[in-house]
Amino acid sequence: MTAAPAVAFEGVTIRFRAPKGGVHTVLTDISLEIADGTFLAIVGPSGCGKSTLLNVAAGLLEPPDGRTLVFGEPLRGINRHAAYLFQQDALLPWRTVLDNVMLGLVFRSVAREQAERLALRFIERVGLRGFEDRFPHQLSGGMRKRVALAQSWIVGPRILLMDEPFGALDVQTRQIMENELLDLWQESRQTVLFITHDLEEAIALADRVVVISAGPAARVKGDYEVTLARPRDVAEIRLNPDFMQLYKRIWSDLRDEVRHSYEAGNR
Amino acid sequence: MSAERPEQAEERVASTGGKPLDRTLVLTLQIGVFLLLMATWEALSASKILDPFYFSRPSEIFAKMAVWIYTGFILPHLAVTLLEALLAFIIGTALGVGAGLALARVEILARIFDPYIRIFNALPRVILGPIFILWFGLGIASKVALAVTLVFFIVFFNTFQGIREVDPVVRNNARMLQASERQLLRYVYLPSALAWIFSSLHTSIGFALVGAVVGEYLGAAEGVGYVVAQAQGVFDTTGVFAGLILTSALVLVIDMGINRLERYLLRWRPGA
Repeated sequence: MTAAPAVAFEGVTIRFRAPKGGVHTVLTDISLEIADGTFLAIVGPSGCGKSTLLNVAAGLLEPPDGRTLVFGEPLRGINRHAAYLFQQDALLPWRTVLDNVMLGLVFRSVAREQAERLALRFIERVGLRGFEDRFPHQLSGGMRKRVALAQSWIVGPRILLMDEPFGALDVQTRQIMENELLDLWQESRQTVLFITHDLEEAIALADRVVVISAGPAARVKGDYEVTLARPRDVAEIRLNPDFMQLYKRIWSDLRDEVRHSYEAGNR
Repeated sequence: MSAERPEQAEERVASTGGKPLDRTLVLTLQIGVFLLLMATWEALSASKILDPFYFSRPSEIFAKMAVWIYTGFILPHLAVTLLEALLAFIIGTALGVGAGLALARVEILARIFDPYIRIFNALPRVILGPIFILWFGLGIASKVALAVTLVFFIVFFNTFQGIREVDPVVRNNARMLQASERQLLRYVYLPSALAWIFSSLHTSIGFALVGAVVGEYLGAAEGVGYVVAQAQGVFDTTGVFAGLILTSALVLVIDMGINRLERYLLRWRPGA
């Protein structure tokens, strides 16, 4: 018997009630299997429903049609194997860096001393030693992202859901964070579902890139293996000829969707 | 103490708008306005432009306050009013926060009680004074009850709103980290609503005192409201004003206490 995929979407369709009445279909019939330990990037034009799909995997959103399997078990309620790195700031603004990082452990009733010790280690690993007592508003955007990364990583999730986590950062900070993410992942090799609209970022990081078509009623349009060697450096790998070739292939898929979405937005 | 804040050191710091105002200058001007006001009042009364019978004179009012405090006459009355206001403040705040939490978190409760809350809030609560005196007697219980009805709604509406306004991303993040419903309340909802709750506390401490004083005014044997009512009964305007000023001084002192607590509990906020 082969191991069950970490996440499997089976014919997932998502509809919302539109504000002006009627029903708005965001995703149609999404079926994907993500093997355990895979770094999967999901790309698509903005507004196509990528984040919605991630919320389904997180268990924050229950699809009316289709189902989600997590390690072979149908998902009900919050996905207990997963941690979620949100696009927006999601730290508790009224808690210090240390308290924020250890939050997941506190919720799991880990003893305070033990949680604190582990949290300090993670804070050091994301390079924020000395900032333990700061509140989130006293940190830069990049530092807050590091705290969020430590916060989601500390609970030892088997699945990591990331929704354009570095989208709001400047290019330099972003590349540093991408490399740090790869370093962390290299050690633990969880399953990662990484949402981005940046194809370069997707290829540089992932083992597999899935293209979602323009909404409404978005579908899976393409599915590509990324066979570039690891460990990678996100800045250098962009100059690799294989990278560029792959980029061209996926981009030809993505380009039409981006154009559709752009034209729909301008109509 | 939490982390050192270098911006509080002696060094000069950047400011966003113009030169910061000199604190002593502001204080001097504030005292100046007060003295000017009092001097004008005194002068108008002395020259009978304002009838001293109806308007009294600042010198007499402060003399009376001094006598009240010196002889200790006012102290038990102040203590009673303060006790009533504080009891009402604590009970009303506890009920308001509790009800706000419950209704904000349980949709069905909010739906059921919505019309009743509106109706009760529309009612001029002071009208309940006489009925509370019938129910709870002339002692402090009737005053506390009246003040609670005033405090409750202010705190309730603010708590309700504060909890409804919790950032959904922050809430979902806590849920993904496997917070239980109780942990969500403690770590997310309450701290988030705290800023709203505090802003309501400033208003409601004033209202707690209004409830207490009005209750005393309607019927009591002690308290500042009773003293004011007695003074009014013998056309002693000076006594009415003295009671009035003492009451507002009391509110100011309590409000300063709330400010300190607020600064501590909300120290995580930018610019706090």
